[in-house]
Amino acid sequence: MDFLRPTTLDEALALKAERPGAVPIAGGTDVMVELNFDHRRPEALLDLTGVAELAEWSTSDGQVRLGAGVPYTRVITELGDVLPGLAMASRTVGSPQIRNRGTVGGNLGAASPAGDTHPVLLATGARVEVASVRGGRTIAAEAFYTGVKRNALEPDELITAVHLPPASGAEQFAKVGTRNAMVIAVCSFAVVLRPGYAGVALGSAAPVPRRAAEAERFLVAELPWQTPVPLADSLKRAFAELVAGAADPIDDVRGSAAYRRHALGVLARRALTWAWDDYRNNGGERQCA
Amino acid sequence: MRLNVTVNGEPKQADDVWEGESLLYVLRERLGLPGSKNACEQGECGSCTVYLDGVPVCSCLVAAGQAEGHDVRTVEGLADGDTLDPVQQSFVDAGAVQCGFCTPGLVVAAHDLLHRVPDPSDEEIREALAGNLCRCTGYEKILDAVRNAAATS
Repeated sequence: MDFLRPTTLDEALALKAERPGAVPIAGGTDVMVELNFDHRRPEALLDLTGVAELAEWSTSDGQVRLGAGVPYTRVITELGDVLPGLAMASRTVGSPQIRNRGTVGGNLGAASPAGDTHPVLLATGARVEVASVRGGRTIAAEAFYTGVKRNALEPDELITAVHLPPASGAEQFAKVGTRNAMVIAVCSFAVVLRPGYAGVALGSAAPVPRRAAEAERFLVAELPWQTPVPLADSLKRAFAELVAGAADPIDDVRGSAAYRRHALGVLARRALTWAWDDYRNNGGERQCA
Repeated sequence: MRLNVTVNGEPKQADDVWEGESLLYVLRERLGLPGSKNACEQGECGSCTVYLDGVPVCSCLVAAGQAEGHDVRTVEGLADGDTLDPVQQSFVDAGAVQCGFCTPGLVVAAHDLLHRVPDPSDEEIREALAGNLCRCTGYEKILDAVRNAAATS
């Protein structure tokens, strides 16, 4: 095995083009587990922690560009106001030690159906920026996840950043697990409300994280956008049913398919209530720092 | 490969390091620092917690090569000579140790917490130690130790 240690993005892309079998490693919270347990013996590791460009975030053209190598702890401390949904999901990742190392880029690279940030990326309409020596492109989050632990990357491409709109309404994320820390999601859920827009997505309840399109259309049509009143129970129940119906879960050690469907409905009802209360109390416009 | 890393303030070198090896393995098996414990090897238990450039991490999830040229501080590097760090002394005083396997990781995690938050609430202590498992179920004494360390330092 080789250990490749690029210090610039150009160098990293050249190495990835030369050695498509090299496995990128940033925080190591997924890759090192596979190595420690002998589940994987890649021909090379491509260490991205020395590439400073990947560990930066910036704002331009009304979008946040979050470098693929920014650890969760920094998403929470530096972007909690601008990207509240992503920060919420980041807070539920692992433990302090894991959040100090793990990255959104790594979550996307692993593309586990249970990855905590996926529902937020889907619901906010995020785009994944990838690059290779051939050039760069961006991929809509919903087109990025192609199967269980599979994504739309070509063998010579690296994930360089995620582009997300700053919150302009309300964002919520919720997850079911056996405890509050160190837990992989049994199922997870995100909802994003902006004037005239609703993003709804679920995780750990289908082969890939997915949007619930019908539930989104329902919210756009049925939410009392012009009158800031609490939501009727009937609306919340109908929404919960649409979200549960969008899932395609399996039975596994963490929970049964039936439980996941039920729990998703509960998460959907609760998170929508929190998001709507936040939305109407802020007059539809979130005050951002 | 050869690895150069600063450990507890001293430049160290390890040879014949396998490219897929963890920092934890290098510390324990190549540099003679067995304080950081090897338990789950998947970032679940926190027993291998060390500082990497001042940030607490699970050393089992850091590839050895990622530590090249960086600064590592292990539980062995907390005491000042024979004088224990206040966090270590508080763990001794509170009897916050049963089998002791989780202790080094908890000590480093608590050390980091008190550095960032000198007077933490119980919630903050629990959150900061959420990534460190004690299977002797000794958490009450551990909480006592962190509270005492905060009060005395």
